Amino acid sequence: MNDIDRSRTAAGIAAAVASGERSARQVLDDHLARIDEREGEIHAFNHLLADEARARADQLDARIAAGEDVGPLAGVPIALKDNLCTRGIPTTCSSKILDGWLPPYDATVVGRLHDAGAVVVGKTNLDEFAMGSSTENSAFGPTRNPLDTTRVPGGSSGGSAAAVAAGFAPIALGSDTGGSIRQPAALCGVVGAKPTFGRISRSGLIAFASSLDQIGPFAATVEDAALLMEAIAGHDPLDATSIPEPFPDLRAGLGRGVEGLRVGLVEELQGGEGGFQPEVLARTREAADALAAAGAKVDVVSVPASTLGLSAYYLIAPAEASSNLARFDGVRFGLREERATTGETYDATRTAGFGAEVKRRIMLGTYALSSGYYDAYYGKAQRVRTMIIRDFEAAYERFDVLLSPTSPCVAFPLGDKTADPLTMYLNDVCTIPSSLAGHPAMSVPFGTGADDLPVGVQVMAPALGEELMFQVAAALEAAAPAGAAR
Amino acid sequence: MSTTTLSDHGGAFTELPHGYRLVVGLEVHVELHTATKLFCGCPNQFGDEPNTNVCPVCLGLPGSMPVLNARAMELAMRLGRALQCEVRPSVFARKNYFYPDMPKDYQISQYDQPTNVDGHLDLPDGTRIGIERAHIEEDTGKSTHVGGGGRIHDAAYSLVDYNRCGVPLVEIVSRPDFRTAEQAKAYVNELRAILTATGVSDAKMEEGSLRVDANVSVHQPDTPFGTRCEIKNINSVRSLGRAIEYEALRQVDLLEAGERVIQQTRHWNEDEGRTHMLRSKEEAEDYRYFPEPDLVPMVPEQARIDEIDAALPRLPAERRSALADAAGRTLPDESVTIVVDRDLDELALDAVASGADADRTLTHLQHDLDPAQVGNVSAENLAQLVQLETSGKLTASQAKQVVAEMGETGKAPDAIAAERGFEAMDTSELESIVDDAIAANGDAWAKYCAGEQKAQGAIVGHVMKATRGQADGKVVTQILEQRRSA
Repeated sequence: MNDIDRSRTAAGIAAAVASGERSARQVLDDHLARIDEREGEIHAFNHLLADEARARADQLDARIAAGEDVGPLAGVPIALKDNLCTRGIPTTCSSKILDGWLPPYDATVVGRLHDAGAVVVGKTNLDEFAMGSSTENSAFGPTRNPLDTTRVPGGSSGGSAAAVAAGFAPIALGSDTGGSIRQPAALCGVVGAKPTFGRISRSGLIAFASSLDQIGPFAATVEDAALLMEAIAGHDPLDATSIPEPFPDLRAGLGRGVEGLRVGLVEELQGGEGGFQPEVLARTREAADALAAAGAKVDVVSVPASTLGLSAYYLIAPAEASSNLARFDGVRFGLREERATTGETYDATRTAGFGAEVKRRIMLGTYALSSGYYDAYYGKAQRVRTMIIRDFEAAYERFDVLLSPTSPCVAFPLGDKTADPLTMYLNDVCTIPSSLAGHPAMSVPFGTGADDLPVGVQVMAPALGEELMFQVAAALEAAAPAGAAR
Repeated sequence: MSTTTLSDHGGAFTELPHGYRLVVGLEVHVELHTATKLFCGCPNQFGDEPNTNVCPVCLGLPGSMPVLNARAMELAMRLGRALQCEVRPSVFARKNYFYPDMPKDYQISQYDQPTNVDGHLDLPDGTRIGIERAHIEEDTGKSTHVGGGGRIHDAAYSLVDYNRCGVPLVEIVSRPDFRTAEQAKAYVNELRAILTATGVSDAKMEEGSLRVDANVSVHQPDTPFGTRCEIKNINSVRSLGRAIEYEALRQVDLLEAGERVIQQTRHWNEDEGRTHMLRSKEEAEDYRYFPEPDLVPMVPEQARIDEIDAALPRLPAERRSALADAAGRTLPDESVTIVVDRDLDELALDAVASGADADRTLTHLQHDLDPAQVGNVSAENLAQLVQLETSGKLTASQAKQVVAEMGETGKAPDAIAAERGFEAMDTSELESIVDDAIAANGDAWAKYCAGEQKAQGAIVGHVMKATRGQADGKVVTQILEQRRSA
């Protein structure tokens, strides 16, 4: 087990609040105090919801005092990525184009958090429309890494990762399209997980790339990540891609160990393109060794098509984004730069409302879908996607889970990679393959790398393999060397 | 504009000037008769206050997701089977273009994998029209352009009603199998009959629940088809005929003037009776179709298709040929078509089965019976009436009056005939009246005997006058022929 104080975990808080040992309000005020202290330098939040959270905490305390069971996240403060719709509360995707828009509804996951007794403390910063790996592409300014404020927290869910790392909330929700939960989790030294595509409803998640987007948890511990995922997962009739199968009891499997499990270290994600730092590779090998020492059978496995993932991803995701972001046209909501004609209003609104990276991806995606280019770009990328799925399936015939670094490098300085988008894109080289396959994957902190900054190790599992994935993650957490200074 | 006129060709329009041939294909949009919209629970209802039947999904608000209406899918498959299509596994696709009445700025449609393919529809005259596909898509909203003649380019402002947004449509694409405007009109009428018979749509062109676009081209025999123009804004079956004829002549004029037909979308102006250009192919949108990632592919089970087939009502073409068979015709004629259109074919068949003469039965049903009163007439009574007529107990004109009263009162024909004092004259009485008439019309008789058949009119008229219309014209003619050949 790592060095997290149980009184600060979601599981510990929920137990204490439910039993009346602590009040939800006390818990919240502790967190608001930490936010007050450090939010100015970190900028994890786009909107802090202190008043709403206090009212909610008091309400929960009253219900608990009346003997009510308010749910598995009783009084647990939580931060929400600002691309999750919250009724009557600004939801911006860190973009100017959603200026002034108030969603008339809650995302399905937000409703489930309410039902579970959680207390939403705020909406967190992200790369605009979740496009980026550093949270520098935000219209409201970057978020800084709580472990070293000269560095990025990763992205795109950098605000949520930073909020958990800074102790602003024990848990947070992010969204992961090509690594947007796992990479910032690695860079901030926390746990971050994305489930199988379809496990968690996307209804109310403002889409970036619909065939890849998944909501998932951030937490300081594997147990908390499991607790949060259980609270929000499961079938939703509002999402046609939602999986009907019931979601497993993840926490029941956390203590099972890895005796006899077959763990594959992905050969293609141990160096090469992406600028892998030697310390990152060393920690990943040590993680594999630790699992072997705990009784797992570890071997190297080749997933050949995984090297093609990045190229395929940067066609598929922008293609879908170019369509998903068309509706931001100034006609019905958000920013409107009114001009003489409809066409000019579209142009002016979108020119003023979107940042450079969003525009770049809209153009990339529009091009990739164009008549005459579709087969060469989007069509080919989809065929690569099929190859990746096939290669993963072959690997999972011989292995229960796969292992790789989460990010090729530790948290990098602000501004380091903004000049060259391709360098930034390479951050996702390890996380993209399971996104394309629709498989679950998560990042677990495992020691430190350059400049004593945290390293994350990625555990990947086949479709619907969340239970096993969390089981292995728990074993890694238990075996991890002392984490970065907190 | 056209220098050629239809009158040169007798209005039949089976041939174009200068030997050109017409080729037409139709695209028909049909609103499905469902309680709710295609992807949300809003009412599918025409004529309500603008923007009252809307929700986040059909308004395309960020984070909203489509969920397929199973009833719409069912109706679309039913229509496909009624059009003899193969119902196949299908994939929804996004058709991307910007327009204010389409909130997502893409339309969810089907592209390369439509639900229904390769069907046909047989026109009453026996012509078989191929159906290339019948795919499902969502309707757009309705724009009203205020000022500037009601067109978007000159309008002062536009109002959008999103009530129609997301209403389920099937687009039925015919093959270019029409050779006359009459066939195109017959096709639309036939399609409407099928749509209402199957309960798939109320198919009201005036309410826009059935909309027709025509692809029109002309060519010389034994040469490839000409360049086509698509004609939009056709608001009635009559307009369809006019628009096709106008457009064909416009193209002939162009070609005869040594110009080319340019592929265009053209707008039919009902008041001016002409088409004008909306946009050329060069300006046409690149719709950047790609599979809709928010929906899953639909794979119809054979058992479901079998159920749909079993539940299909008998279609007009089948009913026409059954009636034509019973009436001893090789092809359905006008009276058969009309009797089926009026849903009187069961009655006709039953009457014929009870021994009634088919020709007279059809004549009465087509001409002598008010369709609103047909419920009063049983097959037995109809058969009895026709038998009274064929046995000479009633003349044709008496029978006509009796049928009309059967419709009004539901009484039996013999009772009506008795009340009215209709007793067919015996032939000897009629013979003497005919002889009187011959004597009184000597000139006419001489001409008639000389072979001038129409000269008999004066004599027959005399007989009718003398009998106050109660003589049977057929019998009178027979007597005249006997006298002439005697």
